[in-house]
Amino acid sequence: METIAVNNSFKSEEYFINMGPQHPATHGVLRLLLTVDGEIIKKVEPDLGYIHRSIEKMCERDSYQQIVHLTDRMDYLSSHINNEAVCLTVEHALQLEIPDRVKVIRTIIGELTRIASHTLWWGVMGMDVGALTTYFYGFRDRELINDIFEETCGARLTMNYNIPGGLMFDIHPNFVRRTKDFIAHFKTKLPEYDTLLTENIIFQKRMKGVGILSKEDAISYGASGPVGRGSGYSCDVRKYHPYSALDKVAFNEALGYEGDSFARYQVRIQEIWESISIIEQLIDNIPEGNHQVATNAVIKLPKGEFYQKVETARGELGVYIISTGTKNPYRLKFRSPGFSNLSLLNRIAVGGKIGDLVATMATLDLVIPDIDR
Amino acid sequence: MSYFSDIYGGIKTLLTGMSVTGKYFLTSRKGAITQQYPDNRESLKMFERFRGEVVMPHDENNEHQCTGCQKCEIACPNGSIEIIWDRGIDEATGKKKKKIDKHIYHLGMCTMCGLCIEACPTDAIVWAQNFENSVYDRTKLTKVLNQPGSKVKAGIED
Amino acid sequence: MTRFFSITKNIHEWLFDLMPEGLARVVEMILIAVVYLLIFSVAGLYLVLLERRVAAWFQLRIGPNRVGFQGLLQTMADALKLVSKELTGTERADKFLYNLAPYFVIISSLMALSVFPFTKDFQAFDINIGLLFLIAISSIGVIGILLGGWSSNNKFALIGAMRSGVQTISYELSVGLSLLTMVLLAGSLQLSEIVEVQKGGWLIVQGHIPAFIAFMVYMIAGTAETNRAPFDLVEAESELGAGFHTEYSGMKFAYFFLAEFINMFIIAAIATTVFFGAWLSPFGITESIPILGVLWFLGKTLILVFLMMWFRWTFPRLRIDQLLTLEWKYLLPINLVNIVFMAIVVLLKITI
Repeated sequence: METIAVNNSFKSEEYFINMGPQHPATHGVLRLLLTVDGEIIKKVEPDLGYIHRSIEKMCERDSYQQIVHLTDRMDYLSSHINNEAVCLTVEHALQLEIPDRVKVIRTIIGELTRIASHTLWWGVMGMDVGALTTYFYGFRDRELINDIFEETCGARLTMNYNIPGGLMFDIHPNFVRRTKDFIAHFKTKLPEYDTLLTENIIFQKRMKGVGILSKEDAISYGASGPVGRGSGYSCDVRKYHPYSALDKVAFNEALGYEGDSFARYQVRIQEIWESISIIEQLIDNIPEGNHQVATNAVIKLPKGEFYQKVETARGELGVYIISTGTKNPYRLKFRSPGFSNLSLLNRIAVGGKIGDLVATMATLDLVIPDIDR
Repeated sequence: MSYFSDIYGGIKTLLTGMSVTGKYFLTSRKGAITQQYPDNRESLKMFERFRGEVVMPHDENNEHQCTGCQKCEIACPNGSIEIIWDRGIDEATGKKKKKIDKHIYHLGMCTMCGLCIEACPTDAIVWAQNFENSVYDRTKLTKVLNQPGSKVKAGIED
Repeated sequence: MTRFFSITKNIHEWLFDLMPEGLARVVEMILIAVVYLLIFSVAGLYLVLLERRVAAWFQLRIGPNRVGFQGLLQTMADALKLVSKELTGTERADKFLYNLAPYFVIISSLMALSVFPFTKDFQAFDINIGLLFLIAISSIGVIGILLGGWSSNNKFALIGAMRSGVQTISYELSVGLSLLTMVLLAGSLQLSEIVEVQKGGWLIVQGHIPAFIAFMVYMIAGTAETNRAPFDLVEAESELGAGFHTEYSGMKFAYFFLAEFINMFIIAAIATTVFFGAWLSPFGITESIPILGVLWFLGKTLILVFLMMWFRWTFPRLRIDQLLTLEWKYLLPINLVNIVFMAIVVLLKITI
């Protein structure tokens, strides 16, 4: 049989691109080694470590009060929730009885943090797909939350408001009024997010059917937070292992089923609404009481291993402490949500275009210091 | 037919998006959220809890409240506080008493966590609401908090 | 060559008295070119300022307001800074093409300006294939972008350049066809005649439905042609950094930048000429004062420029395959049907 000679003179070749560490889409110093065929992504290889500060090692040096402020610098967009995680672990180990007032305030500020993180994410999400204006609208609303934080905690981003045993100081007298004002304001602005971006035909075309993550993959890769829930994997720590005052409130777990970028996007928007409802349930019923319980000046954890997980804006943050009974932890390990969510990138971005990679990465909502620690 | 309804729906969503930005364009005169920072220095007030830098307040007699107990130094996670202290004779009681020589504060290393101020038993150090901390020389960020010639206020015990 | 206003007529006569006719003609052309260059490089800078202010107002900001009164000298200062900057480049870049590319872009966009009828007498060239000339010239710019991306030895720039090639070649079709629709109605390619036709009513009114469809297609395709958002894949900053001009700095970057804004002006000016009666005032209210035509022309153009800015600061960016889908599956078929529709309208004389 005669073979037909195939003209191989027109061959396409794969090539490498270094995306990052200085690249506008990586939101920090993440470096992606892309193997690209024309516009189509063949392989994504994240390269980490550009902002590694050895926080876990530093924790072994510090006392338990001092560890808290280091967690501000991990996932800086949900710093309060990180602080809370460490404090809950220490309080659990010491078997401290925390006043209800502290629990409620922690939950309110935690949900405000989640809203702040998601509004920032929304603005940046829009910017990544090319709608630059969303960034400013997102920031406008986030600034109001930051003002609340600044008035009560003294800092806008790295708040360090929690201490083992409660809160550093009581809430500011204006806190309740400001929070209510913000919720009233934000409820009028949030629908604009939908009309500006969510319903936009270009945005929907960019997001729908892109970066599809199956439920099985989500579970096996350890995805958590909105990324996992976008694939229908019900994994909300607030629902399954409620901490602080979250067992007292009624809220729905935002779930998507398509597993594509748009599902993850909608889960986050839905989560903002749920957070608003949680705050509304709690803000009028902050119980009276002390804002902290007395602990020893030098906290010594009993010998043993302690684990506590919380739901940050990005997913499940676990704090694992091995104590030998001294004033420092023997080993402290953070299970950060961003790290496992990043590991999905090669799975879901391959086969898409370069533009899809950027959009998909934006829906993973990566915070690089959280990944590198 | 879905071809045309797609076009119609697409254009409609685009126009609603434009109406949102258009609304802000029309109200941009009063809606601007920009703060024109160096111009609004007079009206720019930080919240009273704002963590600017650690200061040690002195009263009119040049007296502070620091007893030199070093609790802040121990509480600090970064080693930004160094206290050089001395033992002197307390004039009132005639006993030997610890007193600070220099309370050194490295602003360049401070992470504004507030643990030192929480730890201070005599409220000798507090937060200042000053935020314009940039200098040309890093050594200028190392400050001595107690004023020269100052002494501890009478009756302050830790 | 048409001469504008009496002062230019005087210069024209003086030049022709002074030297032989051929030389005088060349000198006159150079003079006009220099005048155009001065006017439009400054106008381009102010378009940049306008864009920045408009963007700021869309985004709840104030915009540049420091340099000069209300920031009026901001872009001048920027240009001055760019002139004084070092011209950098990558190693192993194709130096000749690398240096050549910005001139392709800026010259093609400045050339296109020469045919616009700013008012009855203010038109440098009035050639009888004016519209064809504009379409032809505007496609030269893409060569500059392709060269710039190709020669700068940077993969991001290369991707940007390739995208630009794909994009501009596709959208050229729609721009051409939608203008062709209007040529059916106007019956001429000469810009001054297209304006003459509109004395009875702007073409967008005369041509009603098909003209309006043509206008919408033209605005979309025109935005894509200038590589502006939502079609700014060429320099999609969240994907490619700065796209094809990643490696350019200083004045060479400024050429690309200026050309983008002049191109935006050109696209709007073509739309003004073809759809909105160029310098003609509505219902001829200022017909007795022909000098006001310039204001009418600029006013209409700036409104269209504003529309393009509005697009840019509202919409997300398309993906490259969606960009091509939009062109080949939507705009092109619509355009072709629209031409037939327009032909029927013209044939049956059901214009307004």
